[in-house]
Amino acid sequence: MDIIYTIWLRNMIRYMRSKSRIIGSISMPLFFLLFLGFGLNSVVNIPRLGENYIQFLIPGMVAMSVLFTSVFSGIQIIWDKQFGFLKETLVAPVTRLEIMLGQTFGGATTAVIQGIMIMVISLFVGLKVQSVLGFLIALGFMVLIGISFTAFGIAIASRMEDMTGFQLIMNFVIFPIFGLSGALFPISSLPSWLSPVTMFDPLTYGVEGIRYGLTGTSQISPIMSLLVIGGFACAMTVIGTFLFRKISI
Amino acid sequence: MTTAIVVQDLTKKFNELVAVNHISFEIQQGEIFGFLGPNGAGKTTTLSMLATMQQPTSGFATVQGKDIEKDQDGVRKAIGIVFQDQSLDEELTAAENMDFHGRLYRIPPEIRKQRIDELLRLVELHERKNDIVKTFSGGMRRRLEIARGLLHHPSVLFLDEPTLGLDPQTRNHLWQYIATLSKEKNISIILTTHYMEEADRLCDRIAIIDHGTIIALDTPDNLKNGIGGDIITITTPEFEKASKILTEPWINRLEIYNDEVRISLQNAEQHISEIITILNKHQITITSVSIHKPTLEDVFLSYTGKKIREEESDKKEMMRRHLRMRRH
Repeated sequence: MDIIYTIWLRNMIRYMRSKSRIIGSISMPLFFLLFLGFGLNSVVNIPRLGENYIQFLIPGMVAMSVLFTSVFSGIQIIWDKQFGFLKETLVAPVTRLEIMLGQTFGGATTAVIQGIMIMVISLFVGLKVQSVLGFLIALGFMVLIGISFTAFGIAIASRMEDMTGFQLIMNFVIFPIFGLSGALFPISSLPSWLSPVTMFDPLTYGVEGIRYGLTGTSQISPIMSLLVIGGFACAMTVIGTFLFRKISI
Repeated sequence: MTTAIVVQDLTKKFNELVAVNHISFEIQQGEIFGFLGPNGAGKTTTLSMLATMQQPTSGFATVQGKDIEKDQDGVRKAIGIVFQDQSLDEELTAAENMDFHGRLYRIPPEIRKQRIDELLRLVELHERKNDIVKTFSGGMRRRLEIARGLLHHPSVLFLDEPTLGLDPQTRNHLWQYIATLSKEKNISIILTTHYMEEADRLCDRIAIIDHGTIIALDTPDNLKNGIGGDIITITTPEFEKASKILTEPWINRLEIYNDEVRISLQNAEQHISEIITILNKHQITITSVSIHKPTLEDVFLSYTGKKIREEESDKKEMMRRHLRMRRH
């Protein structure tokens, strides 16, 4: 436990010092929220899902913030590899599982903090938190998304030599995961041939879970969402650990 | 004296390339032991295996009696290591880097704090302890890394090219520091270097390593004396002719290297005039003559037929014509 905490702590210290990163990763979902939200609010009408589009979009943007921050946190291991710091951890008498878990929780924590920031900003553009329980449910789903995708980032980073592949992963893996998740539009509005694809996207369940917590309505039952994203988080952690074990420097 | 490290037939292959080829040696507790050789000779690979960072292909080694393959955790607790490339977290302060290390090695908070202060004073970084490492110079980073490597009181310390890229003043400072350390704390220090002077000044014993094989292992003095005394270097266009006529019995060894004739002998000062007389008698033009006490560079040259620095550029080596003769 103490080792996991140590690695987590390092992630926190680094996070708190990187002001530009905090601002940088908050800006994208924030702009999406403002431009799409205000721009489409009057033209988009979503049946059965609350009265306006901003309300619908907010959970999606919270999820987006968590998703991008966590993938990035995971992939940062490559920098530790390049700048040599990873050696310092790998040669210490600690297990790779401890390092991996510390890194995962560290990344998930920063991602959740970023998500909460979007949530707080959303309060000014129309978010009305239904209840404390609702907030906690949303928080729980954010944690699961954070863990899943930090672990995913670590898994990718374990197989990558440098940051050159990062953009590729972002464009061809992370962005489709985000786009197909129902963060921007209700999954039922997709053509029938495409909508099954969204059901294979783990983020769909995360977004739906957060939406259930924040707005009280969702298209997928929260229990189902919890099972899928929870299962995905476990699976990613196992895969991430497995690949991180084999990392060589 | 107890034995700190035992290595038997240790081998590491990367596909077809044999990086370390059946090496065996022992290192005593409190000894400063140096691996001297050109880049790519297998020094870092050997260190990596002893530090459990790489698995040997075959062979056996123990560090403080712990098997490097079967008891990795035991080895890791016993050793400290300063890598060739920097391994600090630049975003953290000096003290935070130390603290992180202390926590990884599970040093209790009280002791940790006390040792961090103590070690940072020792490496003269105490005033900068709350500064971010990014602002440190190369020498300061090196010292911080050494301090960090000592935090968990290892009985064996590995230093991989400890003074690479440092200015002469900092280098000198670090040498003194390393020497004091091994004496006062009875730590075995194993360092790799391709600086002759570093190996000569610091090490109790030196293993000269080339192409993954240990070609000589002894104290610096024995290595230098072993090549046959002082060295007279004569530069002449007629080096081949010169080498044939110099057959005096007091010549221990004669080598041709480029257009130089290198003669090893005892009491060079007494024989130099004799050598010049002989060469004059045969009307051989002498461009220059020099006498020097043997250095580790000469030792390396006599064992491998090349200088350490040449090894670093293979092309040059291939273009260079070099003949070698031995007379003994």
